[in-house]
Amino acid sequence: MNAQAGIDVREISYAQAIREAMDIALAEDDRVILMGEDIGVYGGAFQVTGDLVDKYGTDRVMDTPISELGGAGVAVGAALTGLRPIFEFQFSDFATLAMEQIVNQAAKVRYMLGGAVSVPVVMRFPAGSGTGAAAQHSQSLEAWLGHVPGLKVVQPATPEDAKGLLLAALDDPDPVMIFEHKLLYKMKGQVPSGRYTTPIGKAAVRREGSHLTIVATAIMVHKALEAAKALEDEGIEAEVIDLRTIRPLDRDTVLASVRKTGKLLCVYEAVKTLGIGAEVSAMVAESDAFDFLDAPIVRLGGAESPIPYNPELEKAVVPQVPDIIEAARGLAEGRV
Amino acid sequence: MPDSTVAADRNVPYAIRAYAPERLIDALRKMYLIRRFEEGAEDSYTRGLIHGTMHLSIGQEASAVGACMALTDDDKITSTHRGHGHCVAKGADLGKMFAEFFGKETGYCRGRGGSMHIADVEKGNLGANGIVGGGIPIAVGAALSAKRLGTGAVTVCFFGDGANNEGAFHEALNMASIWKLPVIFVCENNRYGMSTSTERSTAVKSIADRAAAYSMPGERVDGNDFSAVTEAVDAAVARARNGEGPSLIENVTYRWRGHSKSDRNRYRTKEEIAQWQERDPIARMAAMLKEHGITDDEGIAALEKDVEQAVEEAIAFAKDSPVPRIEDATRDVHTPKVAA
Ligand SMILES: Cc1ncc(C[n+]2csc(CCOP(=O)(O)OP(=O)(O)O)c2C)c(N)n1
Ligand SMILES: [Mg+2]
Repeated sequence: MNAQAGIDVREISYAQAIREAMDIALAEDDRVILMGEDIGVYGGAFQVTGDLVDKYGTDRVMDTPISELGGAGVAVGAALTGLRPIFEFQFSDFATLAMEQIVNQAAKVRYMLGGAVSVPVVMRFPAGSGTGAAAQHSQSLEAWLGHVPGLKVVQPATPEDAKGLLLAALDDPDPVMIFEHKLLYKMKGQVPSGRYTTPIGKAAVRREGSHLTIVATAIMVHKALEAAKALEDEGIEAEVIDLRTIRPLDRDTVLASVRKTGKLLCVYEAVKTLGIGAEVSAMVAESDAFDFLDAPIVRLGGAESPIPYNPELEKAVVPQVPDIIEAARGLAEGRV
Repeated sequence: MPDSTVAADRNVPYAIRAYAPERLIDALRKMYLIRRFEEGAEDSYTRGLIHGTMHLSIGQEASAVGACMALTDDDKITSTHRGHGHCVAKGADLGKMFAEFFGKETGYCRGRGGSMHIADVEKGNLGANGIVGGGIPIAVGAALSAKRLGTGAVTVCFFGDGANNEGAFHEALNMASIWKLPVIFVCENNRYGMSTSTERSTAVKSIADRAAAYSMPGERVDGNDFSAVTEAVDAAVARARNGEGPSLIENVTYRWRGHSKSDRNRYRTKEEIAQWQERDPIARMAAMLKEHGITDDEGIAALEKDVEQAVEEAIAFAKDSPVPRIEDATRDVHTPKVAA
């Protein structure tokens, strides 16, 4: 953390932390505008923008029509020409309607123009399952965007990082995509007041341990920590790394941990195949850390299916704490 | 299909002229069913029996039922996140709908879809949709099939006012028009897409005006007037069946409840809601049928009682139904190979 003014630390929710970051940005910089569906008087589908419209007015907290492709494109155009838009997708699933502007335009304009311009746009994506919203409102699509050069993709897991990464995203001259797990919005944590940034591209070691490394993203960080706590009683010390950014990946932190523990477990909610765990595993396998591995790498990810509606099925298709405990125990005890 | 095309007394509403009394009573029954079904769903939700969220169409029943009057089970509809009414109007089984809400194996989607994804393929309902505007191009595809395969079927495509600002709406209407497809676009303009009014979201005053851009007829009707809805949609269905191509109909209506379960209703007033409740489409339909001697107070009381019981039975069926097996969570991702 780059604390500049943040001396006063309070407990606030993840959603409040994001709102606070936007509030700071709106107050500091006239070029910052918020755009999205129902982010004004409604306060956003997840009440993240809340009452900001009362403070900054509808010219700066803009409700868009239900037009994701157009809306994202307007944000890209505005970013290209002097504004600093923060575009909220109502659900990350709707990024699929705006892929053209994100993937073909935002990510590539600077490159295609030989570096003549930048696109300092920030996009926010409420993601993940667990709310009973079924297959079209519960996906974790961050790896889709993580595949695109030109974008930066972050997944804050704590209120502190949610605020710090948003402010860092705004300071970044290029497009930054922020995936926010919906179940984290109400989670509370210690957050410094005032402006600070959390570096993009830097993972955080949330818990030190010597027996295995668990690399997790977003809500899985909390599940991994819970699992690590339970494993403590069995004498298994898991190191838990919160990846925080999936593009660019923090190679150093992950490799250093694997060299130390010799075992790697990747945990993420998105569909396992071709997900972030595959990339982290390959990164280790392609490096000198490979020589330190004492066991095959293990990945826990979402099942090969859309997210079902029924609450028991919904839980069954994404990794849960007992799954992590079991996988970690197996790895630590050399049963893999 | 209308039962009669005889041009009788012009002062008699279209629906009364066009449909036999039994059909009209059945239509009123369906409107009550939708209302009671949704009240029952709301109640179950409040009691924690339903997971997730739901979008109620209470106040919009005339649009759903009126637009399906001229359809047979071979005709298709595409529906929306606010789709319970469309589903019932197309003839769905209430028990299977409740079972889906409760996440049960006996539900329309075997508990995999929930309220937002209910479909009833046998009755021609290709499904609700979680994506605003998602069903519009699909309806055009269904109409393309009907035309190429010569089935004679038409497709009614339901969508909201908010959906008319999605690119999919514009692309789909254009294709339906250039290929003269048998599809009827029914926009249920309930004045808001979530919190955003049409005044704030849409550049034209009337969504029906957008039809002109795609060279098709566009008509705006009182969507709480059952007869007005059937009159406009039946004419569009006839055009479609005649190979004359698509139409756009805008049913102006209102949702009494919040957008979904998380709505604080901060974008509209209590007075506005009360005003629209005065224009209750069910009360108006009942009054029309009474005025024309098709039913009476006693008949309506019996209908309401019958509907009440149907909803209770549906809830009981859903409660007693088995839940899906966890091992089957990833079933149905792919179609199983059948031996040749
Ligand atoms: C592509 C997409 N964008 C946004 C949403 C979130 N959302 C669901 S319903 C809705 C409002 C839709 O308004 P309208 O089309 O008028 O239908 P109504 O809810 O009024 O029936 C919104 C914004 C969504 N489901 N899909
Ligand atoms: Mg609407």
